[in-house]
Amino acid sequence: MSQTTPSEPAPEAGLPRFSGILYERIGGALVPLAATILAFLIGGLVVLITGHNPITAYRAIFNGTGFNWFFPWVTGDERRIAGKDLQETLRVTTPLILTALAVAFAFRAGLFNIGGQGQYWVGFMAALFVGTHLAGLPRPLHVILGLGAGILGGMVWGGIAGFLRATSGAHEVITTIMLNWIAIFGGQYLYELGGPLQGSNASLPRSDVIDASAKLWVWWGTFPGLHVGIFIAIAALVVYTLILNRTTLGFSLRAVGFNPDAAHYAGIPVRRSYFLALAIAGGFAGIAGAIDVLGFKYSVDTSDFGSGIAFTGIAVALLGRNKPVGIFFAALLFAGLQVGTSSRNLDPAIFPPELATDLSTMIQALVIFFVAADVLIIYLWRLRRYLRPRQQMKEEPASP
Amino acid sequence: MIDRVRTPRSIGIAGIALGIFAFWVTVPPFTTRFFGIPVVFGLAALGLGAAALMQDERRLGTFAVAFGFIGMLAGLWAQGVSEATLKDVLTAGLLGATLRFATPLAFAAMGGIFSERSGVVNIGLEGMMLTGAFFAVWGSIWSGSWVVGLLMGMIFGAILALIHAFFSIHLRADQIVSGFAVNFLALGVTGYLFSDLYPEGIQTNEVSRVPTLALNFLDDIPGIGNFLHDVFGGLSLLVWLMFVAVALTYVVLFQTPIGLRIRSVGEHPRAADTVGISVYAMRYLAVTTSGVLAALGGAFLSIGFVGTFSENMTSGRGFIALAAVIFGKWRPGLAFLATLLFGFGFALAIPLQREAGISENLVSTFPYILTLVAVAGLIGRSIPPAADGRPYVKQ
Repeated sequence: MSQTTPSEPAPEAGLPRFSGILYERIGGALVPLAATILAFLIGGLVVLITGHNPITAYRAIFNGTGFNWFFPWVTGDERRIAGKDLQETLRVTTPLILTALAVAFAFRAGLFNIGGQGQYWVGFMAALFVGTHLAGLPRPLHVILGLGAGILGGMVWGGIAGFLRATSGAHEVITTIMLNWIAIFGGQYLYELGGPLQGSNASLPRSDVIDASAKLWVWWGTFPGLHVGIFIAIAALVVYTLILNRTTLGFSLRAVGFNPDAAHYAGIPVRRSYFLALAIAGGFAGIAGAIDVLGFKYSVDTSDFGSGIAFTGIAVALLGRNKPVGIFFAALLFAGLQVGTSSRNLDPAIFPPELATDLSTMIQALVIFFVAADVLIIYLWRLRRYLRPRQQMKEEPASP
Repeated sequence: MIDRVRTPRSIGIAGIALGIFAFWVTVPPFTTRFFGIPVVFGLAALGLGAAALMQDERRLGTFAVAFGFIGMLAGLWAQGVSEATLKDVLTAGLLGATLRFATPLAFAAMGGIFSERSGVVNIGLEGMMLTGAFFAVWGSIWSGSWVVGLLMGMIFGAILALIHAFFSIHLRADQIVSGFAVNFLALGVTGYLFSDLYPEGIQTNEVSRVPTLALNFLDDIPGIGNFLHDVFGGLSLLVWLMFVAVALTYVVLFQTPIGLRIRSVGEHPRAADTVGISVYAMRYLAVTTSGVLAALGGAFLSIGFVGTFSENMTSGRGFIALAAVIFGKWRPGLAFLATLLFGFGFALAIPLQREAGISENLVSTFPYILTLVAVAGLIGRSIPPAADGRPYVKQ
């Protein structure tokens, strides 16, 4: 559906003033940066119109993210709180990086994986099952089995969409949306009152808590502290880059993503590539769920299934332009927004947190809009040039 | 004559009918308790389905096999449940509830058909419904009149659709990404305004609701009057409007010049452009219409049904509507049937949970599984309009 038509001009056509390498280096980051700034400006405007002060609101949100921990002049109690906030921000960053990778990986093969949500939950439930059922295993083994189950669960869920795409051509956007809801309602069914996997407390619609031997190690702080998941996420960024750029599989996936017909004529199995791309993408989302359950959630309540972490992951992938570094910083940004606007970290006297949560949703939406329509950003960029005095325009070399 | 009856098509249809019959005989008023009867009917349906399949009638054949299997299982299940329970689950009110559940889906699905028939993928239906739901409540409280509420919902639904249209038509952004952002934006904006304007929430008595039409004369019809009254007697005006919307969607898209233009733009924009149809204008028109229709669906939820607003109150209905569009192969009539099927599932889930202890969550997965099966091509391929999702560049 979303593939480029032959008649569409190449994306570079809109950027006559950037030479190729310069665009790669600076232009690639320019649009996401401009999109972010624009989104925050419009968000600030909304805050202003509804009678609040955007500057104090943004500052309060920033202080809730824990990023001020990096400032050397923050000391004492303030530093301790900032450390705790930063731990939370990094904990949220972890699944955002991984669910973004689930989108980015499929995207490089020309597929749009909206199914991160379902893959995340299936991975989550698979890891939860291993964590609650295999009591008595030694710790590293139990943790590794749990993470493995998460990857496998996510791969199965992504693989279904990949299989359908490969065999019947069913569009992955539709199938992954459907698989999301099947995973969500199915999960609620499993743990509801009287559900097959409901925990030992018969009056609560939730699972049991996982075994202590399946919990991830905490390396920074206590109660709850930060688990090692962030390192797994960073490792996944490396794995993502390695698979795509250093393996035959990655090469064929990218070839399929560029042009499936050409890839087919070059002898690359296109259908197999579609299946593998979505299965591996699902694995990334699946391990995100596994890390969340083994790292800090430890159990699940049916009301948890409403959370849309993987949807934010799509925004992260779009803003990060499917590049590892971009994804890392975009995930930090959105995790910071989410933590900074949570009711625990934001002083209601400065800015009501229930508004701030919706504000961050709005900002995310605007970021996606502006990144998706880079034509708009480039247009605004050019507009700025036209606003300059005439003489300066003349001094510039004529475009080729 | 005999030859006409024995076509693969009619064999398939007979199989489907037998499958339904296998279940029907086990519920009131028949309530057969002998296990052989649903089994015989079910197996007969399976046999006819297989026969149709062997004669290359794939679609009806698969349907017949599925109906036979499900009918047999459901029949056997119903025989194990007491007659009183069955009567509580299967009431005439169930059909009324089906219509109520189907209404928001049908509005949004019609909107989806307009948009996708013009070549713009609209996964922002969910957001447009949510916008309609919120602004309908807002307008209704602000003016004290549900008419203004409906108008406000439609206007803001149209505005959101225009944003989607601008990004996906003029700026040629990826339509799926843009639709996705529309959902996010609607969630953020409605949530923000709701928390800002109504920090205490909204009481149902503050809201002017769309009236219900009490059709008491239906009772006077001899014979089936009682049944008709139970189904149609107490429906919201918006449900009737939904029937009109479905009919209008069909008429506009398939019986008028403008519908032909919209469809041509969705199938082959270059050709349409060549004969002088404005591709952009048609797409803007269709996407805006889809926003208005989806907003009406959302408004039914808020001022037509519950009488209040809560954050993210559409909770995925826009995606079910999208599923109905695909399930219905981008055709108004079939998509409407799909929304009825999904609506029936939701309506049935509640009494099933209450009376028979079958999980509502489990039943809720069925529309999505059905759609998955449908797009997988098991019951006839769903093929989108040729230019669906492709931006058009004027030459």
